Amino acid sequence: MQLFPCPFCGPRDESEFHYGGHAGNARPDGAGMPAEGWAGYLYLRPNPKGTAREIWVHMNCGEFFVMERDTVSHTVLSVTTLGGEHAA
Amino acid sequence: MTRTYSALSLFKEGLAGQTGWQPAWRSPEPKPSYDAIVIGGGGHGLATAYYLARNHNISRVAVLEKGWIGGGNTGRNTTVVRSNYYYPESVELYGLAHRLYEGLSKDLNYNVMLSQRGMVNVCHSTAEMEVGARTVNAMQINGIDAELFSPDDVRRVAPIYNFSANARFPVFGGVWQGRAGTARHDAVAWGYARAASRLGVDIIQNCEITDFMIEGGRCRGVQTSRGAIRAERIGMAVAGHSSHLAAKAGFRLPINSYALQACVSEPVKPILDTVLSSPANGVYVSQSDKGEIVIGGGLDRIPSYAQRGNLPTLEGVIAGLLEMFPIFGQLKLMRQWAGIVDVVPDSSPIIGESPLPNLFLNCGWGTGGFKAIPAGGTLLAQLLATGKHNDISRPFDLDRFATGRLIDEAAGSGIAH
Ligand SMILES: Cc1cc2nc3c(=O)[nH]c(=O)nc-3n(C[C@H](O)[C@H](O)[C@H](O)COP(=O)(O)OP(=O)(O)OC[C@H]3O[C@@H](n4cnc5c(N)ncnc54)[C@H](O)[C@@H]3O)c2cc1C
Ligand SMILES: [Zn+2]
Repeated sequence: MQLFPCPFCGPRDESEFHYGGHAGNARPDGAGMPAEGWAGYLYLRPNPKGTAREIWVHMNCGEFFVMERDTVSHTVLSVTTLGGEHAA
Repeated sequence: MTRTYSALSLFKEGLAGQTGWQPAWRSPEPKPSYDAIVIGGGGHGLATAYYLARNHNISRVAVLEKGWIGGGNTGRNTTVVRSNYYYPESVELYGLAHRLYEGLSKDLNYNVMLSQRGMVNVCHSTAEMEVGARTVNAMQINGIDAELFSPDDVRRVAPIYNFSANARFPVFGGVWQGRAGTARHDAVAWGYARAASRLGVDIIQNCEITDFMIEGGRCRGVQTSRGAIRAERIGMAVAGHSSHLAAKAGFRLPINSYALQACVSEPVKPILDTVLSSPANGVYVSQSDKGEIVIGGGLDRIPSYAQRGNLPTLEGVIAGLLEMFPIFGQLKLMRQWAGIVDVVPDSSPIIGESPLPNLFLNCGWGTGGFKAIPAGGTLLAQLLATGKHNDISRPFDLDRFATGRLIDEAAGSGIAH
């Protein structure tokens, strides 16, 4: 069992967390956006091999945060609350 | 020199002291250029090369594999072959694959050990039975064999299942496909490799693609760990590594890579002669010809490129297995492993030209592309040979994500993603 650091609760079992998508995928301004633009936002993913910046939620406390992680070694590099405060 | 496999050649080689066998495929040095390159020596890549040579007479073809052929998901999968899908587009695709599988051992002169032992998806509630009936109706309308099973039918094909009154998920019935079954995964890779090699295809292992040659906005070749290789038509069938190579080609795909695990027990005497899946327990099982119980479940929930798998998922699968088959509590697990699968939002594959002209895609098979290998190969070969879609591959083009014409088999046929 891997431990993930929740910025609010500290280290907890991986099974308490849920993956929410890659970080920085901002919803585009809808006006005049062609279908391809929407497809990019909705479906296209960087899916990197190596360092990834991802949104996760700790389901127990409800905290959403950014986790920087290595997708090959599964090492956690950093976690940041979405409010911008640093922890763990 | 023995070239064709048969009972007679086996007998003759026995008399000749087994001296006439040749390696199943040649391992030549890469040439500087080919008519077509296929990236990835899994089932889909090898089948593509074979059908390029056989169906389209294009045999100046190289399959470039970074490790050994079949070392990716093709050699890691639980080998279930079925076509119990919901939407007509999927029925065409997986139906083609299923029919080709039925003739594959003959076609390749290589025994892929297709065993059509049937598969039952167990339903555990009235609601699941209603969805099961809908699936069976859809399959029958689309001309695919399917039957709605009663609890007694399930008991007939899997008497060792847990039918006790206090089971966590009681049996209400099931969805049966009699033509479903298993095949030998390595044999599919090796059989296609041998048949392709005999038609002139170069199978090149330990050859990793590190970059694309892009000239005038088109893909003109690849950089590899064994030098630059040129071609005007390039096909890519690298499963969980599709996004990684797409980034080098300058585009993104609607794919997330996850680990999918499986495990096998020690070999035991024959006890389960069908494939059985229980979505509620999150587990599916079959028994291999060697006697191992082959156990699979759902995805690890953490995006990953580690071919390893995490313990919580494995524990959940084993817990489900013991709920389904208390008798298996005595089994010893022999091996556990994972493959990196390419998961697409609508759980359907992507077949078509990529945003980089001359580069064609065959990916997004996720947790279920072994059963599709003959079709994936046929369709990518046609794209590479003619530049045009077959009617069967057209709906699976990347453009469906912009047009919104998704083929959502996760909802349609209840795929466990
Ligand atoms: C545990 C598990 C169970 C499964 N069970 C089933 C099942 O029961 N039924 C079913 O139908 N499907 C199943 N699947 C899915 C199935 O295995 C895959 O969809 C299918 O094998 C994909 O075949 P492929 O040829 O596309 O990919 P792969 O077999 O993965 O081949 C891709 C190849 O590309 C190579 N490659 C990657 N990057 C590069 C590079 N840069 N240069 C050169 N080569 C590269 C890899 O080394 C690999 O050999 C399962 C998968 C797993 C992991
Ligand atoms: Zn928390």
